[in-house]
Amino acid sequence: MEHTLFFAILTLSLSVFTFSCYRKLALVSVGTNECRFDRPVDRLKGMLVYAFGQKRVVSRPFGLNHGVIFWAFLVLALANLEFLVSGLFPMISFEQLPAPLHGALLFLCDICSLATLVAVSIAALRRTINPPFAGARTFEAYFILAMIGTLMLAYFGLNGVRIAQGILPSTSAPPVSNLVAGLIRTTPAAAHLETAGNVFWWIHAIVLLGFMNFLPYSKHMHILTAIPNVFLRNMEKCNTQERETFQEGNSFGAATVEGLSWKDLLDSFSCTECGRCQQSCPAAGTGKALNPREVIHAIKENLLQNGAVMEKLSGDVEAEREISLIGNGDRGNTREAALWSCTSCGACMEVCPVFIEHLPKIVKMRRYLVQMEARFPEELLNLFENMEQRSNPWGMAPSERSKWSSLLSLRPFEAGVTEYLLFVGCSGAFDARNKQVSIALTRVLDAAGVSYGVLGKEERCCGDSVRRLGNEYLFDQMANESVRQFLAKGVTKVITQCPHCFTTLKNDYRQYGLELEVIHHSELISDLIKAGRLETSGSAEPGRVVFHDSCYLGRHNDVYEAPREVLRMVTGQDVLEMGRSRENAFCCGAGGGRMWLEEHEGTPINRNRVQEALAQQPETVCVSCPFCMTMFEDGIKEVPGSTTQVRDIAEVVALSLQPSLLPPSTS
Amino acid sequence: MLVIACIKQVPDTTQVQIDPVTNTLIRDGIPFIINPYDSHALEESLRLKDSHGFKAVALSMGPPNAEATLRKALALGVDRSILLSDRVFGGADTLSTSNVIAAAIKKLGEQEEVGIVFCGKQTIDGDTAQVGPGIAVRLGYSQLTLVDRIEKIDLVQKTIVVRRKLEGRYEIVEARLPAMITVVRELNRPRYPTVPMRLSSAKAQVECWSNEQLQLDVNSVGLKGSPTWVSRIFSPERKEGEIIGDGMNDPAGAASMLLDRLIDSDMLAV
Repeated sequence: MEHTLFFAILTLSLSVFTFSCYRKLALVSVGTNECRFDRPVDRLKGMLVYAFGQKRVVSRPFGLNHGVIFWAFLVLALANLEFLVSGLFPMISFEQLPAPLHGALLFLCDICSLATLVAVSIAALRRTINPPFAGARTFEAYFILAMIGTLMLAYFGLNGVRIAQGILPSTSAPPVSNLVAGLIRTTPAAAHLETAGNVFWWIHAIVLLGFMNFLPYSKHMHILTAIPNVFLRNMEKCNTQERETFQEGNSFGAATVEGLSWKDLLDSFSCTECGRCQQSCPAAGTGKALNPREVIHAIKENLLQNGAVMEKLSGDVEAEREISLIGNGDRGNTREAALWSCTSCGACMEVCPVFIEHLPKIVKMRRYLVQMEARFPEELLNLFENMEQRSNPWGMAPSERSKWSSLLSLRPFEAGVTEYLLFVGCSGAFDARNKQVSIALTRVLDAAGVSYGVLGKEERCCGDSVRRLGNEYLFDQMANESVRQFLAKGVTKVITQCPHCFTTLKNDYRQYGLELEVIHHSELISDLIKAGRLETSGSAEPGRVVFHDSCYLGRHNDVYEAPREVLRMVTGQDVLEMGRSRENAFCCGAGGGRMWLEEHEGTPINRNRVQEALAQQPETVCVSCPFCMTMFEDGIKEVPGSTTQVRDIAEVVALSLQPSLLPPSTS
Repeated sequence: MLVIACIKQVPDTTQVQIDPVTNTLIRDGIPFIINPYDSHALEESLRLKDSHGFKAVALSMGPPNAEATLRKALALGVDRSILLSDRVFGGADTLSTSNVIAAAIKKLGEQEEVGIVFCGKQTIDGDTAQVGPGIAVRLGYSQLTLVDRIEKIDLVQKTIVVRRKLEGRYEIVEARLPAMITVVRELNRPRYPTVPMRLSSAKAQVECWSNEQLQLDVNSVGLKGSPTWVSRIFSPERKEGEIIGDGMNDPAGAASMLLDRLIDSDMLAV
């Protein structure tokens, strides 16, 4: 009788579970195509390290707690499988194994169950006392923890009774179950061991099957999707965006779930709502509309709601979707203001334990707004026009581009004559403060005898900002022109002083068939000093130096050491580090095209970062990016009485050059 | 009813230099842009298309390469773009230019009633501000210059109320349609083209009208029809500056030398 009942319940549960999973995961197929199956061996390796090894999970507070639950679950999955199978076929169970092995298994499961019970208790406590984000104390979260806890308690109850009954050997006694057995013996239940065993067995069975069927409808869907999601991760850094094809009839960017890729949609099912992305997001952290976790969550909600519509219309792809991905921030959509607040710093993606890619989704939605609707913050109209007409963000005359170097005698780049192209960049050529960096850099290069040339008035903007802002059409034009120019001039090696030029020339232009050897000036200077080509005097002038990582040099391109080495070699002292540095560095606020936008909401991001830097009481804040320079200069001006200087790494090096190495004065 | 935006393709003046020998503009390699004031005229015509159902036409007189600007107008959403281009129109001053444009508007009016003609208040290359008023006079339209806001349009009574932005004051003016309106930058914020519109405009037809279509007396157009001509263009002479001190190696020293110099020449008081 009980067998038949269990058989019926199990069959029903498995059918419903399979159907629920199918219905959810099939929705992913409405996304566009994307290849995520290349390099399978590397993918597997990553999956072992990051999913099974929980590398990113355990790197943050309370991550170890999750790790314990996860690893214990892997062991208990085996025990639960045995539980279900032996429920149907009592002949197939661990009990058939040789006694020592059976004993060892019982012991292991016992310890794992105990660890899980402790870990879910800590998790519940943590969620109550110190939740990962405001609004994390949901019924769902506690319900899931309670279900796991109940499962563990039922397991102990069941095994305790079995030991008391003498079914399980108490010799190789699993400690907790044995303890429970002892307890049971002292209670009236001792007289009804069989009934007690049945009660625990059914509690265990119902909670287990209930939990399984709850999964696809909860954030615990990640139990099913997170591991594949890590396997399917982007094997490159998310430092560029994919190209679009500009043909009539195409749609550009994404305003509906069909505009996103299947992987984007799978990401939304993989979110565990741990809140780490929003904790590290400079926009979310300073009171802006953006919350990366909610962007991903909205995509999931949207997919679920539109998915139902799609089903009703039975595959009518032309049918209007009920909700757009971009709206007023209700269920299933993200506010425009949120999309525009992103600095594209990549901090969210760096911390995500399951490798969700937030930035590509935000850029796809920006692309839709800019390209399909021509809707964007009003400051961007001038930027786009200036970029299109004059190839620089300020709309300066291209003929003014070389003015910064009018007192220097720079060589024009000529393939075969000059080794490197020094790509000055718009800030280095037009911005008053950053022109000083350009001059300092040429001094350093001259002192080391580096062979380089410039494009002068012919240099164009690389197009970084317009691409991150979603104006892919304009970027495509600019990139095509620049790539043609580089090919025509035979440019192969480029020095940049701007990480935005750096990443664009290095990673974005590759999509246009141009493979350049791009080197950031901090890397080159580091090499030059190591090779003994630069003699520095260890000038005391920079004083205590704190280094700020540029997102596009650090997180997006993994250059962390070179600037620190340079500073150590030049100043003879260790660089001061802020609390948030290297891969955890906090953006200055100017990336992703934010350089050209006002900050209307919350507190300025640069103020936040400047305060963090000044807490180290530095004499110099050293930057490696012209945008960071501007943001820090502006931020420090707000601090009354601060005498801290903001210097680019090239300026710090130029200060320490032996005077004899300085090129003759130009006046 | 038609709303017509007169737009001119001009050299990007921030990039224009004058040939010191020939005293003419060096136009080689200088990018052309839509005259900035005209972009506001164009925008307003598109807004009237959206709000009042006007049919929007962009009109430009110029050399064949002015087609690029008219194509951009198509990308922004005008229904028709017409280029008035003929060798005999070349070398025109403002009088003969307004003759040609007025004739084209008249011709358009034969097919469909013209409601409003928008022009920028002036161009950034000629800076005369005469062509708009010239068109109004030659067509007998109401002439509303320096408009920064359209208050009301009554298509039944065929009247328009606008605000004119004058020095230190505004003027609200009511006029009969058809009207020629020259606009200032404050009127609106020009829109940005969507990509689908850009792509479709790349293939769309820019109509080209020569004097064959307009049938104007060749003595009233181009250089021949121009009572004025530019005899010389030159940059005002400026006294050559000098470099004080060594700002690169000793910025503080250079700054103090500059201050001394300014105080000496009585440009700064201590």
